[in-house]
Amino acid sequence: MEILDFIMTNLDLLGRLTLEHIGLVAVAVGLATLMGVPIGIAITQNEQVATVVLYVASILITIPSIALFGIMIPILSTIGHGIGYLPAVIAVLLYSQLPIIRNTYTAIHNVNPGLREAARGIGMTNVQRLRKVEIPLSVPVIMAGVRTAVVMNIGVMAIAAYIGAGGLGVLISRGISQSDPRQLVVGAIAVSLLAIIADRSLLSLQRKLTPRGL
Amino acid sequence: MKKIKQSRFFQLPVLIGALLLGVFLQRSGLIDGMLFYWEDIVYLTKQHIQLTVISGTLAIVVGIPLGILLSRPRFIKISEWAMQGLNIGTTIPTLAILALSMSLLGIGFLPSVFGLFIASLLPIVRNTYTGLLGVPAHLKESASGIGMSPGQMLLSVEVPNAAYVIFAGIRTALAINVGTVPLAFLIGGGGLGELIFTGIDLFDTEMMLAGALMTALLAITVDILVAACTYLMVPRGVNPSRA
Amino acid sequence: MITLDNLTKIFDTERGVVTAADHINMEVPQGEICVLLGPSGCGKTTTLKMVNRIITPTSGRIMIDGQDTTDQDTVSLRRNIGYVIQQIGLFPNMTIEENISIVPKLIGWDKSRYLKRASELLEMVALDPAIFLKRYPNELSGGQQQRVGVIRALAADPPVMLMDEPFGAIDPINREVIQDEFLKLHRELKKTIMFVSHDIDEAVKMADRIAIFKDGKLIQYDTPDDLLSHPINDFVKGFVGRDRALKRLQLVTVAEVLESESSVVTADDSLATALQRMDAAGYERAIILVDGNKRPVGYVSRSVATTTNGNCGKHSFNLRTVVRPEDDLRTVASKMFTHDATWLPCVSEHGKLMGTVTQRGITHHLGATYKTSRVEGHDLQHMRVAT
Repeated sequence: MEILDFIMTNLDLLGRLTLEHIGLVAVAVGLATLMGVPIGIAITQNEQVATVVLYVASILITIPSIALFGIMIPILSTIGHGIGYLPAVIAVLLYSQLPIIRNTYTAIHNVNPGLREAARGIGMTNVQRLRKVEIPLSVPVIMAGVRTAVVMNIGVMAIAAYIGAGGLGVLISRGISQSDPRQLVVGAIAVSLLAIIADRSLLSLQRKLTPRGL
Repeated sequence: MKKIKQSRFFQLPVLIGALLLGVFLQRSGLIDGMLFYWEDIVYLTKQHIQLTVISGTLAIVVGIPLGILLSRPRFIKISEWAMQGLNIGTTIPTLAILALSMSLLGIGFLPSVFGLFIASLLPIVRNTYTGLLGVPAHLKESASGIGMSPGQMLLSVEVPNAAYVIFAGIRTALAINVGTVPLAFLIGGGGLGELIFTGIDLFDTEMMLAGALMTALLAITVDILVAACTYLMVPRGVNPSRA
Repeated sequence: MITLDNLTKIFDTERGVVTAADHINMEVPQGEICVLLGPSGCGKTTTLKMVNRIITPTSGRIMIDGQDTTDQDTVSLRRNIGYVIQQIGLFPNMTIEENISIVPKLIGWDKSRYLKRASELLEMVALDPAIFLKRYPNELSGGQQQRVGVIRALAADPPVMLMDEPFGAIDPINREVIQDEFLKLHRELKKTIMFVSHDIDEAVKMADRIAIFKDGKLIQYDTPDDLLSHPINDFVKGFVGRDRALKRLQLVTVAEVLESESSVVTADDSLATALQRMDAAGYERAIILVDGNKRPVGYVSRSVATTTNGNCGKHSFNLRTVVRPEDDLRTVASKMFTHDATWLPCVSEHGKLMGTVTQRGITHHLGATYKTSRVEGHDLQHMRVAT
């Protein structure tokens, strides 16, 4: 009951924090996609480079987010943005690289060689082949990578409230520090729902983007 | 063979990077600053490791049997539902899991271990289940055709053939676990999170970095340890990392 | 010996009740290979898998060596039956040695005994134990894996073996080799084997008896030769193929149709002598020329002998090819077509002339079995009685 009351009286706060949360994740993952997909495509050209890039990305992702914030704060303080949304966005950007690059790379790498040869056989240039054959066939897998990144980073962004980035994590951090179970539970449930809804809707988007016949 | 070559390939840049970082830290006086917290680092690292080991072991001990149970034919109806639930469960942010654990159990060591346990349990159950379901039907037919009892089949055919996938689950679970341990500080569980969060609050760079670097180091170490366990413990014939 | 007594399996599927095996009665005698043959969905695999209870029968009994297996405990039943499947089913997590030793270990052999057995079996299929014992299945070729699959089934020396399209996934060239190896192994070990196949050629090659299935029913159960010469109905006729007469050739060896060669010539004999001997023996076209060790070296043709004078050695033609007594007639027919010959000499291991095989002899042999068939033979007798 108390919790319902809290929600009703704080609807606008909840709405604002949710939008903030979504906005931060969307911007960061959007940037990450713009960065990761070209990298993923580029590294299909050279296996050695691909292993290095994927290895570095997989090390990055093992670093706990709060530790990454901790490492970034002193570095970013030198330009006056040690705390706030910038380190959060950069962290999300970095974490998103592994799922996005890896999925792009494997998707393009796994395009049936027969199709590739057929595309070459009917006289497509390399760029045409990439645009008309390889990328369309890879979209579902790339989308799956984006989905993983979004879900993971909704969680990371919640932690980012502790470095002043805003979002739904604010409720959780306040709930903990003020020992207020209402804010704590509402925050936790809201951020969980956000993750679940994002996951489901991106999944259905991913299915829609899958060309018929695949 | 390939793996070994790759790791050699990486050694040089990693060494150079570590060297540069060391030089930078030394010159900026950060190392001295961090060493100021040496006793705290040791104490909190122990606590940190304790949290991971206890909750991780619990998750493995509970998760694998649970996954095995769900994969048995007589639970087929429940298991489909359970997997749906687990899939949703894995999308829940770990901070939320800890927060909910705190609202249930209060603050301290126990709610921290419980939250970490839940967060690491899901990938283990899920991978054990899918790994076992993925064992080819003809292997099971061979096993029973040879006259193995269901128990013998489980132990000497099904689990070894699913081992790689199960270990992948453990690796994911422990990665989530060590990534979440610093947050346990927030609900009174201790650990290196204390240095990071306090450092942030007090704007004490040395304190923050001491915690953050140690946490990152532990996370990478755990990942390497699990990878090594996978390499050593999964039979060669079904271990892609040894192919 | 495996005996199936009114064996029936009814499946309840979403599309209704399916009778996968309908009152199957048959007996596989001790030491024989019985091939269950038919199109997919005919019930052959269901029948096979009921024997080791991978599929439980709806009704009917299975006897092994006269003993009803219905009440036998499943695990011990299966440990006494070797089982080979198309996907081979080697356990990829175990070495070849561990794979072969599974059943002996399960039934409690001591370690030195089953390790010795594993090496012994590998040697039997020409795989060097020193190389292969410690390898994993994914380090072997498909053919090598299938050999291991077979010897794994043989490990505890079960009296009975079930094989479900065991060579189906192997490329045609290796399949021939493995089939030959398996037959050789079988001649030594004399297991009672039930073998599912969908390939008539494989069946004819491997089987002592063939059971043809259709829609869950056993249509015909006969020796390969009877099946090919007397298909019981149009379905069987269609299934064995229009070239069934040619397929029968595979079943007969040269030794069975060999005509002994009473008359030959040597190099010093005159052509007149050759002509005389041809007439006396009734050879229409030619006579074989042998050397001092009775080895055929050429032949003298009638046309040369009638028109020329001189000795045989100078006016003979070289032999283009010879056959061996264990060759099957399909090989012989092929050689005859290749060399445009109506007869070929047959030689022993040491190259000595044993006789000849002729086109007429082959036709006669095949024709003779047609005439003495049970069904048509009975009909003829009846007709004679009637007239």
